[in-house]
Amino acid sequence: MATLVRPMPRAAASTLPRPSGDTGIWSWITTIDHKRIGILYGATAFLLFLVGGIEALIMRLQLATPNGQVVDADTFNQLFTMHGTTMIFLVIMPLSVAFFNYVVPLQIGARDVAFPRMNALSYWIFLAGAIFINLGWLIGQAPDAGWFGYANLTEKPYAMGLNTDFWLLGLQILGIASILGSLNFFVTIVNLRAPGMRMMRMPVFCWMTMVTNILMLLAFPVITVALTLLLFDRFFGTHFYVPEGGGDPQLWVHLFWVFGHPEVYILILPAMGIVSQVLPTFSRKPLFGTPFVIYSGIAIAFLSFGVWAHHMFAQGLGPTADSAFALSTMAIAVPTGVKIFNWIGTMYKGHLHFTTPMLFSIGFIFLFIIGGLSGVMHASPPADLQQNNTYFIVAHFHYVLFGGAIMGLFSGIYYWYPKVIGRVMDETLGKWHFWLNMIAMNLTFFPMHWTGLDGMPRRIYTYPEGMGWDAYNMADTIGAFLIAASVLIFIYNAVHSMRHGRVAGNDPWDGRTLEWSIPSPPPHYNFVEIPTVHAMDDWWHTKYGAAGHEGATAPIPAPPAMAGGSVDVHEHGHEEHHEVHIHMPDPSYFPIVVAIGMFIAALGMITNFWVCLPGVLIMMAGIYAWSFEPVNAPAPPGSAEVHHAPTTPTPQTPVAAH
Amino acid sequence: MAAEVVPNPAVAGERTSTGLNHRKVLMWTFLGSECMFFGSLISNFQVQRGRSLNGPYPDQVINIPFTSVSTFALLMSSLMMVLALAAIQRNDVRSMKIWLLACAFLGTLFLGGQFFEFTQFVAEKGLKLSTNIFGGSFFVLTGFHGTHVTIGVIWLISLYFAAARGKITQKDSLSVELAGLYWHFVDIVWVAIFTIVYLLGT
Repeated sequence: MATLVRPMPRAAASTLPRPSGDTGIWSWITTIDHKRIGILYGATAFLLFLVGGIEALIMRLQLATPNGQVVDADTFNQLFTMHGTTMIFLVIMPLSVAFFNYVVPLQIGARDVAFPRMNALSYWIFLAGAIFINLGWLIGQAPDAGWFGYANLTEKPYAMGLNTDFWLLGLQILGIASILGSLNFFVTIVNLRAPGMRMMRMPVFCWMTMVTNILMLLAFPVITVALTLLLFDRFFGTHFYVPEGGGDPQLWVHLFWVFGHPEVYILILPAMGIVSQVLPTFSRKPLFGTPFVIYSGIAIAFLSFGVWAHHMFAQGLGPTADSAFALSTMAIAVPTGVKIFNWIGTMYKGHLHFTTPMLFSIGFIFLFIIGGLSGVMHASPPADLQQNNTYFIVAHFHYVLFGGAIMGLFSGIYYWYPKVIGRVMDETLGKWHFWLNMIAMNLTFFPMHWTGLDGMPRRIYTYPEGMGWDAYNMADTIGAFLIAASVLIFIYNAVHSMRHGRVAGNDPWDGRTLEWSIPSPPPHYNFVEIPTVHAMDDWWHTKYGAAGHEGATAPIPAPPAMAGGSVDVHEHGHEEHHEVHIHMPDPSYFPIVVAIGMFIAALGMITNFWVCLPGVLIMMAGIYAWSFEPVNAPAPPGSAEVHHAPTTPTPQTPVAAH
Repeated sequence: MAAEVVPNPAVAGERTSTGLNHRKVLMWTFLGSECMFFGSLISNFQVQRGRSLNGPYPDQVINIPFTSVSTFALLMSSLMMVLALAAIQRNDVRSMKIWLLACAFLGTLFLGGQFFEFTQFVAEKGLKLSTNIFGGSFFVLTGFHGTHVTIGVIWLISLYFAAARGKITQKDSLSVELAGLYWHFVDIVWVAIFTIVYLLGT
């Protein structure tokens, strides 16, 4: 049923009267509502997607023709470093986190995450890190040692500028944000599921979120240590990665990829979760072999810690290590293949509805298979030695990260946009976006397989005539600009549909999971009454009874209503003016205070160590004030508002632990 | 609703899927993540073992009897922590405050020992961060552990003052328990570091 529909997603919060205000810039700065934080994450990540995309376009202009003159070699180094760093740490990860934030509490039937203020803290620290790592552009010293930052290239005699300092401090800050966020989501999924939602009744997207967060919890400390050692090398004269001092550059490579390989699954698993929600919805039958999809996600996560050295075949680890890592790498293709078969099995004999999110999910499967196959190719050390450091590798990981992760995330954007905004995105424009994106993506990245096999190295800023690479590179460049055009269509569609899209109602897609049982956009408190869950895909089960039961595999035809609006069945009881017993936590100023302190401290590291002092003091003051942010606290700095007192006396603080 | 404002599972209105308090699950998860952090630092120490190009070498600087004493102090502080938690669980705030202070004192004693050790290494034995690989990996590993102990001591003292103002009673025993979990973890990490760096390292 169509309920609240307003142009901006913040609308629904106003149903809960609170002293601290629900509108205006301060309500966003102090928000601890998981939905608003999700929107902040999504908007920030999308802006950075445009930044990373522009970096890519400049590189493609430079490489369009032989002996390109658009940028010089130094700038090109900065461009490819920041393109990789941005797309991985500032786009795909936070865009996934945006979905964790918005969708997971709704899917598990919770009113918020377990630690709402810590959630806000993750966002603000992420933003601080994102700004910090891009500051280098302002002084022409953006990071330039590659997103992998191999030692020696990042060490003092070879990298004297601030480039690497921006990179390593920025990544440290982002790492803190990731760890805080993943702690929060792990606890949320473990502890805040609605009654009856056993683990195996949980939507697959939540499962993949949990697996991703476990990976982040275990992988990010490793990069933290690797970066800390680099920081000591650069700032305090140790020699961890400097051979002249007895250190070992190889150690960086090991530590980096012990983190870095789980990281690629951190990037792809959320997209796999999204696809696992979209395909059953538009095939109108359950996800085929759901437990297998879940267990294979866990298997991928487990194996991902045992494959890192396949990034190091060219470094001479010896035949034993090479063979072991080749085998484990090929083994990880098995659970991935299981998932692909399950997705195809879901569509088999389904009543397929080719909506835009469905198209993007199918595109995901198609492109991910190509990227996966080339991945299995360089799992073999002899083949890898040929392909290593060529455009073949670039083609491979753009098929899995752009064709995989980004297509999956776009699928999620089209799928959940009606829930967030209250209106459905325009289907015609959406299909234009999809088909243009699909064609352009293949035009850009498929020729890279050939140039790569023909020996064109990665990361070169130009190449001579007569190598036979000219036409392929021109095709890559044209494709890249067509991708940009498709993104422009998407932006127009997203902005236009905010006001002019079809009104979504609660359940525009006739969905399967709990988020479709509540209004779009959801009220501040999400659920008037926390639902009790009786089955996997509980909302579907509620609507269709026995025919939609867990065991049923036959598709259920769409009701006639689906084309025009929502399915009108009884809801999980949303009524207005029912908020008496719902107690939501209040906004807080301290998350952003802590993040600002951290930002200043990091600035101090690259300017003057004395600047660190106020930064650390602000941070500690923020943490302390947060810890004791109590009943009837005096208003925090910069505000005249008095915090609305919770009913329980509590010196609580989730984060005092840190 | 859920629990973000309610620290105690006994308080009506909180329901968690596992029956465990959010903060407790958070602390255990955080400690799991910390294992990877210290695991990586210890791996670094092990990988870099014996790679110093010049002295002083470990057996020239490390003083096992001295560090055994400070290790003993840290181990005993865990006992104090256990007693503090036991005290608050039977609502004996006065004893809890004593045990908390004792725990913080022993932790500070350990930190004092580490401070003395560091200054002695630097001033008398000429081992600095940048002297050789051993210096770098030793100071970074033990320094990060010391930072964790420092945070723990600050936490314990904060709890003490909160208790002194009457803000910690039996129903808040979880706040003490969480500090205890952290404290025991840091203690256990030291057992690993003491074994690897000191006992096996010389």
